[in-house]
Amino acid sequence: MKAEINFICNNSEIEASVHPGLSLLDFLRKELRLTGTKEGCREGDCGACTILIGEYIGKDIIYHSVNSCLLPIGDVFGKHVVTIEGLNNNELNAVQKSFVEEGASQCGFCTPGFIVSLTGYFLSNKKFNVNHAIESMDGNVCRCTGHFSIIKAAQSSTKFLSKISSGKNHLNDLMKVGIIPEYFSSIKERLGELKQKTALTQTDSTIKFIIAGGTDLFVQKWEDILDGKVNLLSSNGISNLIKEENKKCIIGARASVTDLIESKIIRKYLPSLTEKLKLFGSLPIRNRATIGGNIINASPIADITSILLALNSTLYLKQKKTERTLPLKDLYKGYKKLDLKKDELIDRISFPLPAENSYFSFEKVSKRTYLDIASVNSSVYLEVDKNQITEIHLSAGGVAPIPLYLKYSSEFLLGKEISSENIHEAVNIALSEIAPISDVRGSKEYKALLLRQLIFAHFITLFPEKVNIKEIA
Amino acid sequence: MKNYDIERHVRGESQFVDDISYPKGLLYAAVCYSDQAHGEIINIDISDVEQVKGIKLILTAKDIPGENQIGGIVPDEELLAEYKVEFIGQPIAIVVADDQLTAKKAARKIKVDIKDLPIITDARKAYEAGKLIVPPRTFNLGNVDDCWKKCDYIIQGTVESGGQEHLYLETQGAFAYPVEGRGIKIISSTQAPTAVQRVTARILNLAMHKIEVDVPRIGGGFGGKEDQATAWAVICALAAYKTKYPVKLILSRQEDMRATGKRHPYTSDFKIGLNKKKKIIGYEVTFYQNAGAAADLSPAILERTLFHCTNSYYIPNVKATAYSCKTNLPPNTAFRGFGGPQGMFVIESAMYKAAEKMGIDTSEIQNANLIKENDEFPYGQKAENCNALITWKRAEAKYSIKKTKDDIKKFNDKNDMYKKGIAFIPICFGISFTNTSMNQASALVHVYTDGSVSVSTAAVEMGQGVNEKIRQIATETLSINIDRIKTETTNTTRIANTSPTAASSAADLNGKATEQACNNILERLKKSAAEILNLKAVKNIEIKNEIVYHNGKRTKLSWNELVKQTNLKRVNLSSHSFYATPNIYFDREKEKGNPFAYHVYGTAIIEVTVDCLRGIYKFDSVKVVHDFGKSFNPIIDRGQAEGAIVQGLGWMTIEEVMHDENARLLTDSLSTYKVPDMHFTPEIEIEFLKNVENPMGIFKSKAIGEPPFMYGIGGYFAIMNALKAFRPNADFKISSPITPEKVLLNLHSKIDEPVTA
Repeated sequence: MKAEINFICNNSEIEASVHPGLSLLDFLRKELRLTGTKEGCREGDCGACTILIGEYIGKDIIYHSVNSCLLPIGDVFGKHVVTIEGLNNNELNAVQKSFVEEGASQCGFCTPGFIVSLTGYFLSNKKFNVNHAIESMDGNVCRCTGHFSIIKAAQSSTKFLSKISSGKNHLNDLMKVGIIPEYFSSIKERLGELKQKTALTQTDSTIKFIIAGGTDLFVQKWEDILDGKVNLLSSNGISNLIKEENKKCIIGARASVTDLIESKIIRKYLPSLTEKLKLFGSLPIRNRATIGGNIINASPIADITSILLALNSTLYLKQKKTERTLPLKDLYKGYKKLDLKKDELIDRISFPLPAENSYFSFEKVSKRTYLDIASVNSSVYLEVDKNQITEIHLSAGGVAPIPLYLKYSSEFLLGKEISSENIHEAVNIALSEIAPISDVRGSKEYKALLLRQLIFAHFITLFPEKVNIKEIA
Repeated sequence: MKNYDIERHVRGESQFVDDISYPKGLLYAAVCYSDQAHGEIINIDISDVEQVKGIKLILTAKDIPGENQIGGIVPDEELLAEYKVEFIGQPIAIVVADDQLTAKKAARKIKVDIKDLPIITDARKAYEAGKLIVPPRTFNLGNVDDCWKKCDYIIQGTVESGGQEHLYLETQGAFAYPVEGRGIKIISSTQAPTAVQRVTARILNLAMHKIEVDVPRIGGGFGGKEDQATAWAVICALAAYKTKYPVKLILSRQEDMRATGKRHPYTSDFKIGLNKKKKIIGYEVTFYQNAGAAADLSPAILERTLFHCTNSYYIPNVKATAYSCKTNLPPNTAFRGFGGPQGMFVIESAMYKAAEKMGIDTSEIQNANLIKENDEFPYGQKAENCNALITWKRAEAKYSIKKTKDDIKKFNDKNDMYKKGIAFIPICFGISFTNTSMNQASALVHVYTDGSVSVSTAAVEMGQGVNEKIRQIATETLSINIDRIKTETTNTTRIANTSPTAASSAADLNGKATEQACNNILERLKKSAAEILNLKAVKNIEIKNEIVYHNGKRTKLSWNELVKQTNLKRVNLSSHSFYATPNIYFDREKEKGNPFAYHVYGTAIIEVTVDCLRGIYKFDSVKVVHDFGKSFNPIIDRGQAEGAIVQGLGWMTIEEVMHDENARLLTDSLSTYKVPDMHFTPEIEIEFLKNVENPMGIFKSKAIGEPPFMYGIGGYFAIMNALKAFRPNADFKISSPITPEKVLLNLHSKIDEPVTA
């Protein structure tokens, strides 16, 4: 399978006749010989291959960082790809200088990825905050420096740039100080002139891989993807994938985790998620990983799925012209076994908007706190009326072959008061609902203990006056 | 004075092996690995693969023209397994193809019929089965057997420390091409170009002069490319030699993690005796090193474990025994600290357990036993210019430790869910290769007629900044602008018989050789200047800031003019110079000697907060007073220290190498093996100890690469102290890494049950 794909890479218009499932990393390194973008792990876990993608969102070009190892080239059609080479001016820019001055690069292999991530932050935000600037590099790993000097470099470049950017003409402000080269000013017009030659969204029955964000598929199957036909479900140019309708929140399956974090609806109804979702992947992963993909990958430890289970979500499944609904908790039939027909795709997900007297909590523990797969995660949604639980849904990940809805413990707590005793009993029931296995994420004894602790953590965090650690643990 | 390469690094312009422009006709090699940990090879079936489009050649052991042997210290490792496999990931065959994916897919299709043999992964089991790599070693000081009766407290225990994946960001790889006269040129990501050259010559049955190895730079090494870069370079060379085409081999991350060795896991037994004054009277320790399936560098690493078994302390009676145990894991190898950290972790654990029994803070025992001037190490060397106590006292004062401890106590009294812990960790690390003969280096300096200077040494730039240090040495010695100095790639035709860039010693050894070479040229230039200026005596001539001075007075003769005229007078403007560390020796019969040029000292204080509900932790700060000698590049030295500290904390906490019962590596990707990230990194404060010139180091500095790694050990005990605040009476087992899993099980397993983590 080949497709004609045109895009702008740095300051050059590129026309390529390639398999649309080829990873952009390979194209950049082997075809364009842009070797500043490095392959460190090919699974989105090191950030050495980080690039920026600029695309029209409404009238503006918005840039975000992505892992080029997990990005099908078909998805950059009509977009602006920025590699480290595309950020270079004759002189070092302020970001580069800050790395030099702090000694924030040793062997240099990871460095371009860090510079690109941090520059991406300055490009995509108009107001700068040191902590957010540092967090923009949460998908980059350096094995030499221990990151302390990199943190200092991010601090000093943020400080410098905070002085220069007025926010009104952001791109110009950044160009003036050389953070981005001058050619960026021509990109908007040039992108508008690119013409699509091949339809990349296909409905052919010989399709072998349906790829949305690709953040899981490209880790597991990048070699196989090149052997067959692919259907790219990119969210190109689609905005507003998360809506409020009839007291429900509707999420398009192609919405990314970043869309979820930035959604006004989520911020209004589930404010704690904005911070907690930083525990999901890294910024470049969140920019690509889709909500539908997280559900359909059927990993027992999927974070978003755990959250959506507790929110009592419903799936809208589309097969050609027919559509049906299915409660999310009924989707999973066994390890990676789904109640899903051939050619059926998740179109959207809905959950009832949280009530005023509601509480929500998401907990996750992994070996490394950030950019790691959970050992166990858990979510709870509950409504409370006069100290009585009137609605409750508990979920747990990593303790069964499927993302688990804790049916019996939820049922037990319904109608009960919030008390240490009741939580203890609910935990005992939860422990009888699970079947953890020992694996690289932890022993089964640990996972059971950890689930107990995370359920305690929900209630200690939500109701500190009613439940405290001394009574419980 | 930043890293020479850094301006290219931040622009993405630094080239690594996989970035170099490749010639037309480049072929790719891929390796067929053993997927069984131990067995006899019955048959290798390549019939499914031979006819695949794009496949050029398939090579097995039978195709090796020379000796199928890559072992360095002990000849016990084949390049390609012929009759027997001993670990998963052992290379068996090589596929060469037009493109990388074709080669890789074909390599996976080769059918290898292997008859299973029993698998051992545990060092103690290997020891019980008599499977040792080399005979055991024992270091003795005083008389341990007689000392126990003088002790008021005797504590015994067992300590486990885990492996560690190097995770250099650039995976292993090489690129080789045939050159005139049936020779091969190899571009390799190696810390040891001469090892690559020697082994390639052996495998191809060629003279070493037929093999040229070039190393532009490497994307991190940490010891993982000291011995274990060789096989991949040799595979490329063999494929290039056989096909007569250029061949490249770059390992994927997963291949790299599966097929290469790691830091050695150790399991150790200790017995420690103290008197009421907190003085350690005796220490007996037995180390069981998990060497993996072949010797690699294990015997040398074992030796360094013994050298550092008492860390920064003086103990009058010591008996330390070490066994290198052969198991069915990939051969474990060099990793920052080289066995030192494993030895030091056991003495620190012993002191922790002793303090627990004596009901005092571990720091009281640590402080009472710090080594002093002229105290004897168990290997006979005496401590000279000893800075152990000075760094400890300075750290206590600078970081207001009394107040910090009080604050932590108050915090812990008030908080049920979070507990803080603090620990001291002094370090003492010997500098020199413990194999005395390796302490040699050479430099080749050319001054070109335009006044620019080129320096070649044996040092490989891997991020440690050695190139910049070499440039500084040349610029200082010649008194010319640093922009004139270029450091070259490390190349075996320019610098022969090199020691690997390892043991923290590259700047010392190669720097001294560079200084000498520059001085040789300088002397010739001064003589020439005297002639040009019609002066009789050379002795009052000097070069300062690119100008010739006579009797302290500026002359008209500039560097450029002097160089040009000296060349016209047919005077040599190049120098090759050689350096060997003086006064070091070690007698392996007696296990006594003076193996180290000097020692590096320092003290770190580490604070952590443990979330006792969830079993997770975050290091708040690492505060250090470190003896850098007289640092001549504080930015580079600080960067080395910070990186080492975080890597050491990773080893002790979240970095967990796991295998299943078939010796299959479970943590074979970055999604299963976690190293410290931005969020993990604590505040790091480092004070450079003042007024400490090191007479044995280049420009009076001290080596920096490895020593600060061992500060990470303090992280383990900071966490233990936080756990103790939550659960004061528990008897925690010492087993690193202390993962969130172990923390939670330690905190919440039932009190009357033994702690299982």
